[in-house]
Amino acid sequence: MKEAFANSPSITLKRVSIELGGRPILEDFSLEIPAGKVTAVMGPSGAGKTTVMRLITGQLTPDEGEVLVDSERVDQMTSRQLNRLRRNIGVLLQNGALFTDLNCFDNVALPLREHTALPESLIRRLVLLKLQTVGLRGAAEMYPRELSGGMNRRIAMARAMALDPAIILYDEPFAGLDPISLGVSLRLIRDINQAVRTTSVVITHDVGEVARFADYCCIISEGRVVAEGGPETLADSSHELVQQFVNGSPDGPVAFHYPAADLTEEMLTEESGR
Amino acid sequence: MNSASTPTRWLDPIRHLGRAGLFLLTAISRMRLTRLQAGETLRQIYFAGVRSLVIIVTGGFFVGLVLTLQTYDTLSRFGAADAVSTVLALSLFRELGPVLTTLLFAGRAGTSITAEIGLMRATEQLDALDLMAIDPMERIVQPRLLAGIVAVPALVLIFNVCAILGGVVFAVFMMGSDPITFWANMQATVELWRDFGHGMLKAVAFGFLASWLAVYFGWTARPTSEGVALATTQTVIATAISVLILDFVLSAFML
Repeated sequence: MKEAFANSPSITLKRVSIELGGRPILEDFSLEIPAGKVTAVMGPSGAGKTTVMRLITGQLTPDEGEVLVDSERVDQMTSRQLNRLRRNIGVLLQNGALFTDLNCFDNVALPLREHTALPESLIRRLVLLKLQTVGLRGAAEMYPRELSGGMNRRIAMARAMALDPAIILYDEPFAGLDPISLGVSLRLIRDINQAVRTTSVVITHDVGEVARFADYCCIISEGRVVAEGGPETLADSSHELVQQFVNGSPDGPVAFHYPAADLTEEMLTEESGR
Repeated sequence: MNSASTPTRWLDPIRHLGRAGLFLLTAISRMRLTRLQAGETLRQIYFAGVRSLVIIVTGGFFVGLVLTLQTYDTLSRFGAADAVSTVLALSLFRELGPVLTTLLFAGRAGTSITAEIGLMRATEQLDALDLMAIDPMERIVQPRLLAGIVAVPALVLIFNVCAILGGVVFAVFMMGSDPITFWANMQATVELWRDFGHGMLKAVAFGFLASWLAVYFGWTARPTSEGVALATTQTVIATAISVLILDFVLSAFML
């Protein structure tokens, strides 16, 4: 495993199958995430999007198939190699996952203090620069509980960038954001990618915003990729599920109701049972 | 009633014990003392130890008062009221100090450690550490484990001092015992190693046990509010039972 990637790395999942809790999540799943671009991974809830992210970071190992980051097999890495890989991957988790006992400055400084031998004065400058990038330098001394959800996620974004990773993974970065925070987050993802050419993977439901930030998109359903390409190609897709997903229709391949017995039958059974 | 799970439910404590043992081995095998670790351990000693002072000081003082009250009353019937300080000191140093302090520690700091780690899991903070290539065992578990081992013996000392002060207040100031006899009897009968030293050894063992159980139940808590609530309850129950059992075992070996 190299200490750092020479260029932006690409990510490849080759014929991956994985079961969690006895339930198949991905089956014969293949995906190419291009280097240095912003890729949106979309799909209905429970489709396996977060599993894809966990496979890339090595938190999960596939039952079959290969997971490659810059041609290195993540699924075969030792824990030491995984740690080296993870220093090159920044992850923004769904709710930010900031440490509530640390202030914003210390949250961002944590990976720098753990993984570098930089003097505190330099760490301070680096952290302030990261906080400036996300527009929250003024909140450096505040604690996560004193900030809004959107601000917490921006601090978490600064923490994800702290070690200048070659790959940044965003898990549902827009969930529950107000339009202003959403706009800020979109711009940040785009700006970070353009400034340092990171390979960015954004897991999202937000179909409407995809065109504003993604170079490449894929839609996952039932453990497979059902559509991929540029944002414009998805809108033109004739695939039934893609159309349901893009238009947000309640009817389509993804059913609104969880599988259950017939309602009338169930109610009559209950009545006769009394 | 789930008939499938009933026959094996009684095995749960044994399963927990096995898992807790493996958990402890993992934590110890990854032990690494860096500058950051030392700083975090000091911070945890403050949270677990210093913040438990109010309950320890109050608890100790009143335990000393009530223990002296009961002992004084009984010994007076036999004309041996002067021996009250001996009984007080020996009971405190050998048994009550370490046991009661650990039970109070489990209720105040143990539950707080369990809830904190459980919530860290529920809010993905442990995942975040893992993803930053920072070992959560090293960063979260070890400092809290070490903090318990350091904090409990220190709290036992404070508890004992406060309990003896409680005894002085009752025996000397309220019942009019001679203070010189009170202190002289205590000094003459308490042996440094056999009474005080053994008590402190117990304190170290109980501190280790209490913090181990607290971090284990927090680490394995289900990431839901119900799961965290259950884990904190388990911490108190498991610590109370295992401290009382361990106290008997250690006392049997030490006498």
